Amino acid sequence: MTPEIRKKLYFEMLRIRMIEQKIAEVYPEQEMRCPVHLCIGQEAVAAGVCANLKVEDQVVSAHRSHAHYLAKGGDLKRMLGELYGKVSGCAHGKGGSMHLIDLNAGLLAAVPIVGSTIPIGVGAAWGMVMKQLPHLVVVFFGDGSIEEGVFHESLNFAALKKLPVLFLCENNFYSVYSPLEVRQPAGREIFEIARAHGIESHQGDGNDVEEVYSMTAHAVEKIRQGKGPMFLEFKTFRWLEHCGPFWDDELGYRKENELQNWRERCPVKLHENKLRSEGLLNEHDMVPMVNQITEEINEAFHSAKTSPLPPPEMLWTHVYDESLPTE
Amino acid sequence: MRELKYFEALREATDQCMERDSSVYLMGLGVPDPKGIFGTTAGLLKKYGKNRVLDMPTAENGMTGVAIGTALMGMRPIMTHQRVDFALLALEQIVNQAAKWYYMNDGQMHVPLVIRMIVGRGWGQGPQHAQSLESWFAHIPGLKVVMPANPYDAKGLMISSIEDNNPVIFLENRWLHNIYGDVPQEYYKVPIGKARIAREGRDLTIVTHSYMVLESLRAADILASGGIDAEVIDLRTLRPLDHTTVLDSVKKTGNLLVVDHGWIHYGVSAEIIAMVSEQIWDCLKSPPRRMGVADVPIPSSRSLAQYCYPRSADVVKMVAEMLHKPMDQFKIEISEIPSDIPDRSFTGPF
Repeated sequence: MTPEIRKKLYFEMLRIRMIEQKIAEVYPEQEMRCPVHLCIGQEAVAAGVCANLKVEDQVVSAHRSHAHYLAKGGDLKRMLGELYGKVSGCAHGKGGSMHLIDLNAGLLAAVPIVGSTIPIGVGAAWGMVMKQLPHLVVVFFGDGSIEEGVFHESLNFAALKKLPVLFLCENNFYSVYSPLEVRQPAGREIFEIARAHGIESHQGDGNDVEEVYSMTAHAVEKIRQGKGPMFLEFKTFRWLEHCGPFWDDELGYRKENELQNWRERCPVKLHENKLRSEGLLNEHDMVPMVNQITEEINEAFHSAKTSPLPPPEMLWTHVYDESLPTE
Repeated sequence: MRELKYFEALREATDQCMERDSSVYLMGLGVPDPKGIFGTTAGLLKKYGKNRVLDMPTAENGMTGVAIGTALMGMRPIMTHQRVDFALLALEQIVNQAAKWYYMNDGQMHVPLVIRMIVGRGWGQGPQHAQSLESWFAHIPGLKVVMPANPYDAKGLMISSIEDNNPVIFLENRWLHNIYGDVPQEYYKVPIGKARIAREGRDLTIVTHSYMVLESLRAADILASGGIDAEVIDLRTLRPLDHTTVLDSVKKTGNLLVVDHGWIHYGVSAEIIAMVSEQIWDCLKSPPRRMGVADVPIPSSRSLAQYCYPRSADVVKMVAEMLHKPMDQFKIEISEIPSDIPDRSFTGPF
């Protein structure tokens, strides 16, 4: 891994962190009137995975999709526009935070119904094969998704057809407030379930961005060689509440010190310390980085806040596509 | 003109679309099997190969998502369910994803997907093989719902459905698969969203769809024998609904009976009567009426199932009641065909 890539990974994580912190900060203004599922604490997975992808590779995501959108090259102004329900949004305000899309960046979709994008991503991979496109699809999902029937249906089909798809499970141990222990038998590892479907599967530390990056690089290379689907599970942790901008550890649904232990393993800080100790990063590098991100954030929030809300007639547009096929 | 059976018309439409557009492909449990979905896909495997005529894992919801994903990459999938009941496993993908995709990304991506669903009837299909659930799908913005009643419309509407850039639910009553009708050889389209006047008349409008068009036309003949001139409207498409054809007819006749193909409550007949009542209440000379499948799950035994489905005689009876005519003026011939089969050629099992 080159120093440039290692520094780029840091920049990506820092950018996602600062954007999410800003969203959390201004959310109480009640101008961003849609549910937000923040990913603070989980930045390393999105950054480490997407750094391995080309623009033409497609990503599908779920309700916690901001990091995937940003890491895949989505446009921050259009993302925030969408969160504010404005016409400048990536779906012109019709989708909200839970339906991010950026076709220029290869972010095909995000939907909040748990597990629902898994078959759609598999279908996109199959469509690529049928259209003879040399790209791959990454399907991001959480540990809750693997309990849905559609997860197993999708893995089975991807294995059957040896499709170019990377299944990427971000295991943060909770489905809203329900811990893994009440949802899955003790001792069973998620990545081993995928293996039972005949898919090469591995598990890694989702808070170590370099590990995420190199495991993904290996998986992506194999998929590009036509060796069929791969499955990666990364363990990581959501710091804030499931939905919304606040801390919620006082609710007591998480184990004692669990959040504290994960915060001590902050993915951004871990990587920063590593780079600093190796002399790859110092204050001199940090200041312009933070300034650049801050400026981008301020501009994007300004754009979102000043963009108009969709006009009433937009309610009725794009219910049906009445054009005929182009071919 | 050449006569074809309904199932042959569907097969020809599919074949012609696949020939013209390499992105059209078929999937569904049993699509390439030796029976070829009641003949509707027979021979296509040999012609187009297993990559375009594809059996699938027993995973309706997942495979619907897969079909959607391929559509996003530019393919035009046709998914077939041997019975509508199996499509219920895929409601999440149909209703949450396919129907809303174009709207929720505000027109950046569409889902040109056809989902064929077959509705069983007769020969003991029972509670889980004989449900007419078209009103469920017609309730959802973003879906189109078509239900052709004759071979000509079956071909033309199938071609329109495959060419359509939206998800289309294509519902076939099993009893229609073997009916004959004129079907041109050429590639032609019947527009989605246009009803058809199946029979012109002055005295009363019967609005109906799918197999019940046949029963209603038989009823109209019987009514004519007693001097009542009924107009029969075949809706052909339930969403979008052709308001104009229905309204124009009711304006002319002043009397409305809806012969529903499914259950009455919260269904197609409720929609039609509400629409007419709201828009042309003052044109109605009598209270609008409706009939449909008995409000129970469909039992398997023929001694019970026969009472579930309205037949032409029931339509005649209700019209006579509406127009205050004595029943004895109509020549109703009691059919010798058992009530659980469409005709003598049908010997089961399905």
